[in-house]
This record gives sequence, C-alpha cells and structure tokens, in this order.
Amino acid sequence: MTEADRSSLRPDLAVILDHVEPGSRALDVGCGDGVLMAAMRDQRGVDARGIEIDPVCVERCVARGLSVVQGDADRDLGFYPDGAFDYAILSQTLQTAERPDRMLRELLRVGRRAFVSFPNFAYWRMRWALLSKGRMPVTRHLPVTWYETQNIHHVTVKDFEALADDLDIAISNRWFFTKGREVGDSGANWRAEYALFEVRRSG
Amino acid sequence: MTPQPVFNATTLADPLPLDSGEVLHGVSIAYETYGELAADKGNAILLCHALTGDQFVASKHPVTGKPGWWERMVGPGKPIDTNRFHVICANVIGSCMGSTGPAAIGPDGKPYAMSFPVITIRDMVRGLAGLLDQMEIERLHAVVGGSMGGMQALSMAANFPERAGRVLAIATTARHSAQNIAFHEVGRQSIMADPNWAEGDYYASGKTPDAGLAVARMAAHITYLSEEGLTEKFGRRLQDRSEKTFGFDADFQIESYLRYQGSGFTRRFDANSYLYITRAMDYFDIAEEHGGLLADAFAGTTARFCLVSFDSDWLYPTAESRHVVHALNAAGAPVSFVELSAPFGHDSFLLDVPALDRVVRGFLDD
Repeated sequence: MTEADRSSLRPDLAVILDHVEPGSRALDVGCGDGVLMAAMRDQRGVDARGIEIDPVCVERCVARGLSVVQGDADRDLGFYPDGAFDYAILSQTLQTAERPDRMLRELLRVGRRAFVSFPNFAYWRMRWALLSKGRMPVTRHLPVTWYETQNIHHVTVKDFEALADDLDIAISNRWFFTKGREVGDSGANWRAEYALFEVRRSG
Repeated sequence: MTPQPVFNATTLADPLPLDSGEVLHGVSIAYETYGELAADKGNAILLCHALTGDQFVASKHPVTGKPGWWERMVGPGKPIDTNRFHVICANVIGSCMGSTGPAAIGPDGKPYAMSFPVITIRDMVRGLAGLLDQMEIERLHAVVGGSMGGMQALSMAANFPERAGRVLAIATTARHSAQNIAFHEVGRQSIMADPNWAEGDYYASGKTPDAGLAVARMAAHITYLSEEGLTEKFGRRLQDRSEKTFGFDADFQIESYLRYQGSGFTRRFDANSYLYITRAMDYFDIAEEHGGLLADAFAGTTARFCLVSFDSDWLYPTAESRHVVHALNAAGAPVSFVELSAPFGHDSFLLDVPALDRVVRGFLDD
C-alpha cells in the first residue's frame, strides 16, 4: 500500500495504523472489507484477524488473504481466549453493541490494549439539531433516521470517559475528528464529530 | 455394479495401521491428477471427495460417462485453477473406484466383503498421506473438501499438522451428530434387509442388493437437499400424468426423481462400501480423538483455515462449522469463516453458488 492509500483510510483507521506496534497481533472487530487489516498486515507486519457480520464483506476479506470470521461480536468475542491479542480494535461499532460496557470488557479480555472509536453524540451540530428542531439529528456523519439506525446506545466523549473510569480502564491516548480531520483536545465533547481512544486494563 | 474399469492406482509400500487396531497390507490407492506439479512440488492441492464421490473430480466418470463431480470448480482458469495448481484427488479406502475396499480381493484371494476391517475418516486420511509420501509431496499448498471431504481435510489438519499450508473445509463438521448417524443407520439397515445382501457376501452370486442400496440412497439424497429446493423443483407436481392413480406407482415427480437417483446409484456404487464409509463418518469425532477438546486437536497446526457453510444445509448446519471455528480461534489458528446463502441445501457446495467460487479462489490464491 502506498502513502496515498494510507491517506485514503478513514482518519481514525489511519491513526490506528500509525500506532500499532509492528509485528503485533490484532483483532479487528467489525472489520468491514478488511481495509485496516490489510494495511496493518502490509505496512506493519501485523498478524491481523477479523470478525465481521456481513458475509459479502467476509468474502472480500478472504479474497484479500485475510483471516476473517463471519460472526456477531456480541456473541462471538467470548470464544477467543484471554490475552490472545496485543490489540482489539472496535471502530465505529461501540454504539451498536448490545451492552457497550460488556463489549469494552471483552475487548480488554482478548486484547491487552484496545482502540475504540465512536461517533460523539454531544457534537455541537447534534446538540443544535436536537435543540432547534426538537428531532433526533440526522447529520453527515450519522445520516440514518432514528428508526433505521443501528446506533442503539448513543454515547458522548464524556460518557465514554466516565464508563472507562467505572470499569477501571485506563485511557492511554485519545484523538478527535471533525469533517474527516483530526482536531485538538480542547472542547472535544463539543467540537468532535467522532473520537478514537486507546485504552488498556488498569494496573 | 458393472465390471470395474482400470484405474490409475498405486500400491502403498507400507502396511496401513488402522484405528481399529487392524492393519491393511498392500493397500491400493486409485487417483487422478490435473495440472502440472511444480519442480519444487509446492503447488499441490489435495481434493478430498464426499461419501459417494470418487477421484474423477474434473474428468468423465468411467462408469456413468458423466462429467466430473466438481468440474465447475476445478480446471484451467476455474477457482481451483489447474493452470497453477497440481490437483490430486484419490478414491478413499473403503470405497469402490479402485482403492482398497470391501469389494477388493483380500489375502485369501476372495473379495474382502465383511471381513474388511471397519475404517475411520482418520484411516482414510492415513491412506491419502501414504499416497502423498509416495509422490514425495511433503507439504500441500492446500487440502480441500466438502462434506466427508471436509472431514478428511480437518482430520488431516489435526493428525498431520505439517502436511498442508491451507485447509478449506466446506459444508462439513468435526463430529457426526445423532441425527447424522440416524439417517446413516436407516441406509445401512435398508441394505442389510435386502436378501441379496447375503451378509455382504454377494460378489460371486452376481445378485447385488440393489433395492436396499437404492433406498439407502433415496433416504440420504433427501438430506442433501432443502425443503425449499424440493418444493421449488417438484412441489406436488405429478409425473407424466394428469391424475393420481390411486396406486403405489411414482405418481409424484419427487418420487420418480428419488427412484431414478436410487437406481442410478446402484450402477456405480458398491453396497458394502456404503456400509463401511457411512460407519467411518458416524465414528467421526475429532475432539474425541484428541482427549475431548476440539481446540487441542488443532494445537499443533501450521495451516490457515477457511470454513464455509450454507444457510439451507440442515445436514451439517452452520453451527457445526462455527463449532470448528471457535476451536480454531481458541487454538490461535488463522481462520476465516463465512456462511453463504444458497437454496440447495447440503448439495450447495457442488452447485452453482458464485460466492463459493470467489471464496475458494480468494483463499487458495493469496
């Protein structure tokens, strides 16, 4: 993959790619068509495995030579042994989990560290849409109506940080993004369209 | 069965030890190959056939004259591309297309019949490994199989962990369920209830238990199809008539179809082979062979795995493939798994499912 291809990765995925240790083992939960897995394998020598619910995506991953299991993260993470991976990756999926708290625990059971990204429902455009129109926001980043969306657990940056605290999960790194670009930390709960956290078990 | 044609076969130099404790001597393995073997012998793919399959995967069947059973998958430019790969397909021991089985001549100069030892899937794989030894192929690019062929592929991964770089197991299971065993028992009892079976000693009489074998095949054939497929293909349509006859002729198309399948089968398959191979499948339980935990069976594996199931397959349903996938995950083996949607039931792996072609090609190519 060329540098141009890296820049075509979604920004949160590019950040993950930059921060995984070369030669490590990673599980990409909800890996889609395997674009991050392939980049991690090709550029960082990562032994990457994936879980993906959509059979068409799994088929594409297999054709890329990736090891991806069709399954449901809520159910199938439990079949991986403790500490099987250096990293568990959950991108833009936490808010669709049956129980995000359990999902986080599971990620840090199978992985020593985890990258978790999610849309920030406290982004100011969301707040404004709800305040001004009184209806659930439909935005560029989350373009689906409330009755069709798979996002069943709306979460904000502050909510995530509080959950990490409750679960005794340490946050080692955080990145924020708006309009496809990284933005700074300050006022992130207002300014960030979505967030990426690197977390690990405390102690 | 009609008189046997001449097969390409090799005789294993070493005796074959069996799970039963018995030993088979002078084992013949009949096989076909397609595509050139590379100088470094690194491009060999072993294809394992299903219960009633044979080595004629991509060439005309010498008895029926029909095309090979996986011609849509194997050949030049096909998903298992014989321009790139050297494909080997061997008749399993216990079968009747040139490899040693109950119809073969035993040490006393007569057909083994029921004196043939009961074999297992692992014994079949030992025979295949013996063939590879004689071909001096140490490590396969891949071992591939559907149904019982998938059982052999998994068994090879568990028992010969260095032998294959890739394991592709389609529409299969790591153990036979009570329901699987039950259907096989119906088939076996049907054969053994045929007076022509004569305790298996029918080779000299010229009277073969065709009626019993045909019924066995009819019952089994139903398990290879889906209810949806049957309804679509036959429904309640009548066979060449406009009214029911109020008799027991094949009034319905489905009856006529099954009778045709049953009688066609008897022309190419030996009833005793059917008994032995179904027994081998019923005994199949990889976990049991490895101390009870399936993950332990794959602890030493060096292969990448791909498992495929079909949503309409109720013989070896998706849950069975998932069970294997979870064990492979626990063993830390690289594994892919996909459940494909296809209307044809268990037989989907043999039929037109373009997504299967893409998965097979993708998994073998990389």
